[in-house]
Amino acid sequence: MKQIPAPIWTLVIGVVVTLVSIWAGYNHHILPTEQASSTAPLVDNFFNVMVMIGTALFLMVEGAIVFSMIKFRQPKGDETDGLPIEGNLPLEAFWTAIPAVICIALGVYSVFVFQEMGGFAPGDHAHGHGTLMAQAPAAIVTDVGSPMITEGDIGGQKIPVYGFGASPEEEGNAPDLAVNVTGLQFAWVFTYPDSGITDGELHVPVGKDVQVNLTAQDVIHSFWIPQFRLKQDAMPGQTAELRFVPTKPGTYSIVCAELCGAYHGAMRTQVIVHTEEDFSHWLESRTATSPQSSQTVAINPAERSDADYLAAYSQGLDLDAQLVSQLAHSPH
Amino acid sequence: MVQATEAPTDAKLSLSALTDYSFPQKQWKWYDYFTFNIDHKVIGIQYLVTTFIFYLVGGMMAVAMRTELATPDSDFLNPTLYNAFITNHGTIMIFLWIVPAAIGGFGNYLVPLMIGARDMAFPKLNALAFWITVPAALLIFTSFLFGGAQAGWTSYPPLSLVTSNVAQSMWIVALILAGTSSILGSVNFIVTIINMRVPSMKWDQLPLFCWAMMATSLLALFATPVLAAAMILLLFDINFGTSFFRPDGGGNVVVYQHLFWFYSHPAVYLMILPIFGIMSEVIPVHARKPIFGYKAIAYSSLAICVVGLFVWVHHMFTSGTPPWMRIFFTVSTLIVAVPTGVKIFSWVATLWGGKIRYTSAMLFAISLLSMFVFGGISGVTLGTAPFDIHVHDTYYVVGHFHYVLFGGSVSGLYAGIYHWFPKITGRMMNEPLGRVHFLLNFIGGNLTFMPMHWLGGHGMPRRVAMYDPQFTHGNQLATIGAYILAVSVLPLIVNILWSLVKGEKASGNPWNAMTLEWTTSSPPPIENWAVLPVITRGPYAYGHVEEIPPAERPDLSDAIAMPK
Repeated sequence: MKQIPAPIWTLVIGVVVTLVSIWAGYNHHILPTEQASSTAPLVDNFFNVMVMIGTALFLMVEGAIVFSMIKFRQPKGDETDGLPIEGNLPLEAFWTAIPAVICIALGVYSVFVFQEMGGFAPGDHAHGHGTLMAQAPAAIVTDVGSPMITEGDIGGQKIPVYGFGASPEEEGNAPDLAVNVTGLQFAWVFTYPDSGITDGELHVPVGKDVQVNLTAQDVIHSFWIPQFRLKQDAMPGQTAELRFVPTKPGTYSIVCAELCGAYHGAMRTQVIVHTEEDFSHWLESRTATSPQSSQTVAINPAERSDADYLAAYSQGLDLDAQLVSQLAHSPH
Repeated sequence: MVQATEAPTDAKLSLSALTDYSFPQKQWKWYDYFTFNIDHKVIGIQYLVTTFIFYLVGGMMAVAMRTELATPDSDFLNPTLYNAFITNHGTIMIFLWIVPAAIGGFGNYLVPLMIGARDMAFPKLNALAFWITVPAALLIFTSFLFGGAQAGWTSYPPLSLVTSNVAQSMWIVALILAGTSSILGSVNFIVTIINMRVPSMKWDQLPLFCWAMMATSLLALFATPVLAAAMILLLFDINFGTSFFRPDGGGNVVVYQHLFWFYSHPAVYLMILPIFGIMSEVIPVHARKPIFGYKAIAYSSLAICVVGLFVWVHHMFTSGTPPWMRIFFTVSTLIVAVPTGVKIFSWVATLWGGKIRYTSAMLFAISLLSMFVFGGISGVTLGTAPFDIHVHDTYYVVGHFHYVLFGGSVSGLYAGIYHWFPKITGRMMNEPLGRVHFLLNFIGGNLTFMPMHWLGGHGMPRRVAMYDPQFTHGNQLATIGAYILAVSVLPLIVNILWSLVKGEKASGNPWNAMTLEWTTSSPPPIENWAVLPVITRGPYAYGHVEEIPPAERPDLSDAIAMPK
């Protein structure tokens, strides 16, 4: 049998690695299939590209390891040493340059994605709804010139705003809906400054430009909607925002991602993305009755025992009622 | 590399020989290991043994946590105890296991032996550095009497200011002590490596483990004082009414995060650079090949040390971080991948064309290589701000850093144990038991940490005792993996204890290696060598001495061993 020449092997391996990597890029199943915000496809496409590159690198390095392990194992009884190769400058330059190029390319790509997500524009929107933060109710957040340093102007004092702002198309426009979000141990409270509604769940209309203004009452919490691919810490004494367009009606979890105490794992609620019609129904139903929801969870957890606190969650968490009542520790 | 100097007939050597024999020539007794002994080998063993015990404690906490996470409910541990376990599991594994075992343990034992020195530059400082870590550990353990620190190993205020104040304060003092120990050790390593090399050793003959220790020590010196500052400010906020980080008193919670991560990101490199050094020693010996790209590996350690100081904000992408910072630190983080990749590729190239002996040490080195590649790639994805926004503080991160710290650092420590055990104890380890340990460790490690990427990506945050039922299967896989890992330690412990008593006696150089520590007897005498070795070739000159087959090479170590 004739020996297959090395260039053919290289070609075959190259093609196989490329195909597997492309396949892996779209079939890694690491992210939820649901993309429910305008941000989600941006993040997912970016991640898919990284998975493709990563898979290719992984296969080549692991392949070289496994190949060496088999091919270059010690022959039985052979006590001699291997080849005295100390290095190879062109090869070393090659494997320094290739990752460097990949990293720079990824860096540039990530800047583009970051810009599309509105990463350069937190705090960058005209008057209008304003950012009615809990600790700065009279905030008038003005447009500041530099896109890199985002600061709101409150009473002449500049305060920085963190998070994600308007996408490049919406920059300078006021959001369609602003919601103020406060995190506290162990719940989220949503207030709608336009209608005065307070709720324990976030209701938003699909296809609209929504801005949530985040703060925290006690410790740091982190506002995360996995299906939106967005997260921002809610910090006491700092202002932060997330601006996004929900693209798919449905109910999604809002998860606290920053350790905030004993029941951190139970600190969750949901965002309900309504069709526009449903959303106005919801608004009407809430403003017609009392804007203060009976579901509001704006309670002071210090006054409640763990059992009281967890009772509300026992169903969702599938907790045993007896266990809940046995819990002796206070959240503080 | 080494030629035993004959009886000191020539004038140059007579002075050193005179000095040599004026030192005490006894062997240490067992009780010497419980004293303020200033021999670097005793201190190295003290570090290795105590940190291994801390590792078992931290591991038991991990098993308890994984048991809790076998079901979605919070039904095994009390939630406050669960948080105390996550906090102290991280703290113990970092500050009381990987860092002190790699730097204090292997660093102290090996650096003087590898450079031909009789001890470290400052032996008493060295002993002090070890004995400082003991109260640090006691503080961590006794803090459980006060509920244990519960704010995560990062201990972000305000949570750390309002939870379990006594235990949190004890935790802070423990970290300050561990940090002080690290600073003392670093000064010692830098001075030792620069000044105490045997005169015939040129910089390009310095073993790569010593290069790695040099980079590690520089990094620790730059970064650790900042952690100490952050800890002292936090201690004052908790106990003395200051408001550095108290938002209701005008403090800023984000400043703490900067101070903390300015140290704690470099701490990641403190945990991996010495391990990279171990890799560069173990692989050439058991692959029977010179290390590929000596200079590239040496300089990439220094490059990681420099770039590693400018990447800390990638831990804060979802925190109070302005846009320019998110972009700057995305790019700087990606750059770290380049020198790290250089090392990985160099080790693979060292395997290529070798005659690989599948000793337990080599198996763990290869295990490190294969798992670290995975962890490194997931690390690149995490380093980019747009994707990190989604997976920050999730199990994706937990999966990633366990691949690099367990699959990487701990595998490296295991490789080091199997490789240098004959030198340290004078006994060989049992190879079949070592292979069992390797298999269980590799299977358990991947089974525990692989599903975590999926869990995190799909919406499971980290540091939770309760989770959505949709995550049950992934968590159960991880829990089974954790049990396998718990079992995997047993063959190692049995192996160590059995080999200490019954193991085959080790010669001075059982692996036929070329670095200096193998030129003395196993275990080395108190002053390391009767006559200091002379360097005649590089530390990895395998395959160059074709004329004498290795089996027939004289065992130089016995020739120059100290007379009993």
